[in-house]
Amino acid sequence: MATLRTILVKDLRIELRTLQSLPAMALFAVTTFVIFRFGLDRTELEGSLAAGVLLVTVLFAALLAINRLFVAERDEGGFDAIRLAPVDSAQLFLAKVGALFIYLAVLEVIALPVFAMFFGTEAEALPATLGLLALVNLGLAATGALVSTIGANSRARDLLTPLVLLPLVVPLMISAAGAAEPLLAAGGPDLSGAGKWMASLALYDLVFLLVGYAVYEFLLED
Amino acid sequence: MSLKMPSLRVMAFATVVVMGAAFALVFFYAPNDADQGFVQKIFYVHVPIAICALIGFVVAAFHAVRHLRTGEAIHDVRAYVSIHMGVIFGTAALVTGSIWARAAWGKWWVWEEPTLVSFLIVFLLYATYYPLRYAIEDRERQARYASVFAITAGVFVPLNFMAVRMAESLVHPRVFATAEGGLPGSMLFTFLVALAAMALLFVTLVRFEIAAKSTKGAISRLRRALDADGPAGQASRIAPAVPAVSAEAKT
Repeated sequence: MATLRTILVKDLRIELRTLQSLPAMALFAVTTFVIFRFGLDRTELEGSLAAGVLLVTVLFAALLAINRLFVAERDEGGFDAIRLAPVDSAQLFLAKVGALFIYLAVLEVIALPVFAMFFGTEAEALPATLGLLALVNLGLAATGALVSTIGANSRARDLLTPLVLLPLVVPLMISAAGAAEPLLAAGGPDLSGAGKWMASLALYDLVFLLVGYAVYEFLLED
Repeated sequence: MSLKMPSLRVMAFATVVVMGAAFALVFFYAPNDADQGFVQKIFYVHVPIAICALIGFVVAAFHAVRHLRTGEAIHDVRAYVSIHMGVIFGTAALVTGSIWARAAWGKWWVWEEPTLVSFLIVFLLYATYYPLRYAIEDRERQARYASVFAITAGVFVPLNFMAVRMAESLVHPRVFATAEGGLPGSMLFTFLVALAAMALLFVTLVRFEIAAKSTKGAISRLRRALDADGPAGQASRIAPAVPAVSAEAKT
């Protein structure tokens, strides 16, 4: 637990001091909204279209952070340090999941109000949507930390991570879209059918957290 | 894949015989489908191929777990070959599925058929197995990462089928929705023979590829031993090398 906290605090401190990922993610998200406005030629979005625009934007903004997640470990010898240290290497996985989750949550706190302002989403839909996005973040963080480690230790870093990650998060996106569609519906949020989608999101998060935790040590062995 | 398995020659022969029998049953024994007529017979090819591909992926995950547990390279070879053959069979399943969709529903692709859509997503994930292996140079690390991928993807398969099925709001008229239970006896029998034939083909091809890899590895080792300055092994950079110990145990 101490290891986890140390790595997590280190990552957050680096991000606060250098601001490498978060501003880029927020800018990327806002620009993507603008592109969707013209790509779809719509000024108001609701239902499945709103869910699609929001989730695709979050996913691609997440890719920016996921690609950079292990840059310091790779370039500055962090992987070697973890290997040398007498600690459970899966703590690195959990710390990175935590860091990614926090980045994504901060991104959404910025991007979701902008989305609502741009496309006329009802304000009462926002809290539930943020809650839904928290489940999405957890799944993205678990798969992202796993795939990013593979990518960081390969030659084709920036190519491999999105290539493997995108098909892996398709079920997550299916469930998230299913839950977000009634939340962002035209007449205000409808929570009645959200339960099964939330359950399937939670199952996805749990399964990939466990898989990542179980296999992570094999990614660091050398 | 123990030593008690019949030789490759016997397996190849059995595959040809059962495959011939399956096609004979498909064309001369199984009745034409009442709704779709003759074109429905692609079912006896499409469904067994898809089942074999999925089982290949599951088997690969199983070998990957054993590889990570034991660290023996042969399990990585088996996982690799299973996924390799699964992707080849998967391509065939998607092509035959597309042809069937065109014939039955008039469109080359139907999003309303959850099994086909799930299969496409699974296929897209497993297709990234090759670039993943190719991007990692160190052989031992490549094998470990490939096994981690095979396990992750193996877990992904059922989750994906669940999510796609949940997203299906419309119930498309599915010819075989009732599965075996709804099939007439003659069709079920033909289907099972076709499935056995396809499974035999899958296993035989997997064993052939492992045997080919063992031989290739043995040859390049011999060549290196003969001529230390000569060209090094021509083995593929993404296909795992078969360890020396197991080379003799094969074929």
